[in-house]
Amino acid sequence: MIRLSRTHEWWRRVLNVLALTLTGVCALLVMAPVFIILIYLVTNGIRSVNLEFLTSLPKPPGEPGGGLANAIVGSFYMVGLALVLSLPIGVGAGVYLAEFGQSRYAHLIRFVADVLNGMPSIVIGVSVWALLVVPMRTFSALAGGVALAFIMIPMITRTTEEMVRAVPNALREASLGLGATYARTMWSVVLPAARGGIVTGVMLALARVFGEAAPLLFTALGNRFWNLYLDRPMASLPTQIYEYAKSPYEDWHRQAWAAALLLIVVVLILNIVARVSTRERFRALR
Amino acid sequence: MNETTTGDPTAPKVRTHNRAATFWSDRLFRAAAVACASVVVLLVLFFAYELWRSSELSIRTFGWRFWISRDWDPVRERFGALPFIWGTLVTSVAALIIAVPLSLGTAIFIAEVAPRWLRQPVSFVVELLAAIPSVVYGLWGVFVMVPWLREHVQVPLSQRFGHIPLFAGPAFGVSMMAAILVLSVMIIPYITAVSREVILAVPQAQREASYGLGATKWETIRRVVLRYARVGILGAIILGYGRAVGETMAVTMVIGNRPEITTSLLQPGYTLASVIANEFTEATSPLYLSSLTELGLLLFIITLVINALARLLVWQVSRGEVQR
Amino acid sequence: MFPNSRLLLAVIAVSVVIIAGCAPKKSPNTTGATGAKVQITGAGSTFVYPLMSRWSAEYEKNSGVQVNYQSIGSGGGIQQFKEGTIDFGATDVAVSLEEEKTFTRPFVQIPVVAGTVAVVYNLPGITTNLKLTPSVLADIFLGKIKKWNDVRIAQLNPDVKLPDMDIVVVHRSDGSGTTYIFTDYLSTVSSEWEQKIGRGKSVSWPTGVGGKGNEGVTGQVKQLPGAIGYVELSYARHNNLPFAAIQNASGNFVLPSEETGMEATAAAVERLKQDIRSSAVNMPGENSYPITGFVYVLLDTQPKDKTKAAEIKKFFEWVLKEGQKMASELDYVPLASEVVEMSLQKLAEVQ
Repeated sequence: MIRLSRTHEWWRRVLNVLALTLTGVCALLVMAPVFIILIYLVTNGIRSVNLEFLTSLPKPPGEPGGGLANAIVGSFYMVGLALVLSLPIGVGAGVYLAEFGQSRYAHLIRFVADVLNGMPSIVIGVSVWALLVVPMRTFSALAGGVALAFIMIPMITRTTEEMVRAVPNALREASLGLGATYARTMWSVVLPAARGGIVTGVMLALARVFGEAAPLLFTALGNRFWNLYLDRPMASLPTQIYEYAKSPYEDWHRQAWAAALLLIVVVLILNIVARVSTRERFRALR
Repeated sequence: MNETTTGDPTAPKVRTHNRAATFWSDRLFRAAAVACASVVVLLVLFFAYELWRSSELSIRTFGWRFWISRDWDPVRERFGALPFIWGTLVTSVAALIIAVPLSLGTAIFIAEVAPRWLRQPVSFVVELLAAIPSVVYGLWGVFVMVPWLREHVQVPLSQRFGHIPLFAGPAFGVSMMAAILVLSVMIIPYITAVSREVILAVPQAQREASYGLGATKWETIRRVVLRYARVGILGAIILGYGRAVGETMAVTMVIGNRPEITTSLLQPGYTLASVIANEFTEATSPLYLSSLTELGLLLFIITLVINALARLLVWQVSRGEVQR
Repeated sequence: MFPNSRLLLAVIAVSVVIIAGCAPKKSPNTTGATGAKVQITGAGSTFVYPLMSRWSAEYEKNSGVQVNYQSIGSGGGIQQFKEGTIDFGATDVAVSLEEEKTFTRPFVQIPVVAGTVAVVYNLPGITTNLKLTPSVLADIFLGKIKKWNDVRIAQLNPDVKLPDMDIVVVHRSDGSGTTYIFTDYLSTVSSEWEQKIGRGKSVSWPTGVGGKGNEGVTGQVKQLPGAIGYVELSYARHNNLPFAAIQNASGNFVLPSEETGMEATAAAVERLKQDIRSSAVNMPGENSYPITGFVYVLLDTQPKDKTKAAEIKKFFEWVLKEGQKMASELDYVPLASEVVEMSLQKLAEVQ
């Protein structure tokens, strides 16, 4: 930087432009797969996403047509179940970490939550099989929901912690100063203030488990028929995609693409809603 | 103990509530929070116990030799983890080699280079990469990427560079190479997102000082920003590595699933996660099944170590900040 | 202030309503006042999955009983049946005597359909059916015959001009019933194979490359000139791959088909009567195709839920009678009538 020779100066500028352009190229390369995959999903899947696909049950091979209505409902059902199970636990644990988070125990929990976050989902599936499927003597929607909830809990815990921690202390102090109990302060002041961020985190967790196939293989198993009972096997979109992709039948490949398109649309919507709500939150904080 | 982060809740207490009720409601609240947090710990303990219990048979039968044996012979019931450790290592490290420069470039682009209006959209698109479900990557990989790879990359490679061990053997499509590519795409968003955060956290004053000395933007990024953020970036990379090690569905669908130690990227391989996904349901004998769960246990331990490492780094960063 | 919090509440409310509304009680296992349909859950063999879902769909039309079959793999089928998490298991490999001892409740295994495995290859310009003897086939897969124009292959196929090309063996990389039938066959005809490799759903292959699933093997054979592999017949047919005529126990060179497979199952019946685990490979008979195997279902003989058990029994009776017709439509091998009879007798053991 100190030498002032002309060529050196010139080279520095060229290098600057080159390097900065290169970062742009990196970004383009990184973004390319998103568009490529989306284009393939749309072109291969769009023709097959029709009323029949959305409303009817799967047909056996050899008979073209049929749909994945039960898998669509099953996916929403088990993800909903996972939400109900994981939300209170995740938020509770997150609040604990944010508010009482300096103890050794809290550090342990934070570490463990991170480990859980990085745990292969197939391991979770196998464990839940031992926990619920074997004692209940049946594969079930419940087991599927619980497996998904186990994936969501650490995710929700960590976002809740971050969001609750981001709430200004002045708010807490004001509430406590007015004589509110600590619980009341959390419930009526801190959590509402952190709500936007928590919702974003929950949405992202939902988006992730909505696409999970591995933990459902040994828990929900799958079902060719309608099912809304908790203690019976249930179909889901991701497992159905895996099933169909493995099969030798053109018609099932076609439906696998359609199911993947549907899956990605739901995941995209969840992501976009999460994104929009984040922006809203930042605007509110500004 | 509540005072740690929130000031002192016991001090200002106007008596609008019954004292005892206040005391108990706070107690209850705290107990509930602790209980929820404990669920997280219980979960991991439960998983660890479950894995340990079901791999006991294999641990007793093979002992430590399991980790270094390259046999995977279900007929004679001789099992060893080495081919899967090898496959996991090769695919995850190679994926990192591809993903790290791209991710860093992208993170720098988003944080430092791109015009303001472009930053949000670009990081959104990158995050979408993380949102695409594994099984969709697998579907796309099997039907689109693998055939393309075989025809346009692997066949020319094996014809021209077949004598190099790295590209030896015929071109199959499903291969270590395919797994590496899919994996790198899948971990890029994680490394990018965390690196971007770390880069954004570098104090503006650092940059301004560098500009003041006459540095160009690139020089500032390279010598000041990246240096300042390096520990955090290392954390991001390790986080991405953890993802690569545990990734299951997509890898299973494209890696070719052959338990053999090969140096050629064109040959099929196998990873810890994919052998579990693939053979868990097909395992007929108890020892076979137990060996598979021992692989799961191994995977569990590896993720544990990687996460511990990442966490230590993050601590170091937060400690380092005080000193700066 | 935060519109999305309302959305979250709505999501929670909806899910609670769905779950609370739909599943407050245990699901009924039998038809009756509740009006819910009987649902039978089975799992196992991926090989039989397409046919089983066809059976299930047809049977539901006639009876209203829903048979939910999931393809989790034969090993999984046996394991889950053993754990009692499913109503029936399906497997391409009979449960061995040794393994049977580990079961805690009495059960039967019943052959319900069979399949043939075709030996496919990719030789540029050659679309005819090559002739192969058992020993040549074993030596190819052992890696001892390395070239297509090897004298031993050439002697068997004097009319075919075999190229000077490396043989690339393609095998399954995943555990599969197809592999079991194929290695069972090789072990039966070659003592060297039996000693070195053995029979199994996945074996330690001496040579070659792995492909995932029947599709994987088919795809690789198609891509690689000089390749030889083994796949279920339907894959060979649908992909227009040439397949070999294999010399059977009676000395004839036989192509895989429904008829030649059926003849093999018919020839196996005497052995089956003595031991249900007997395989159908290398059976005597003028035209029996030697690489043929059964698919078995596992059923409780003393089930707790008698009403459900009766429905399961009815379903498999239908499978063994009406269902066999559908088998050949999907390139499976229907059981010979003698075997059907024997299977029905076995089925009667279910109380």
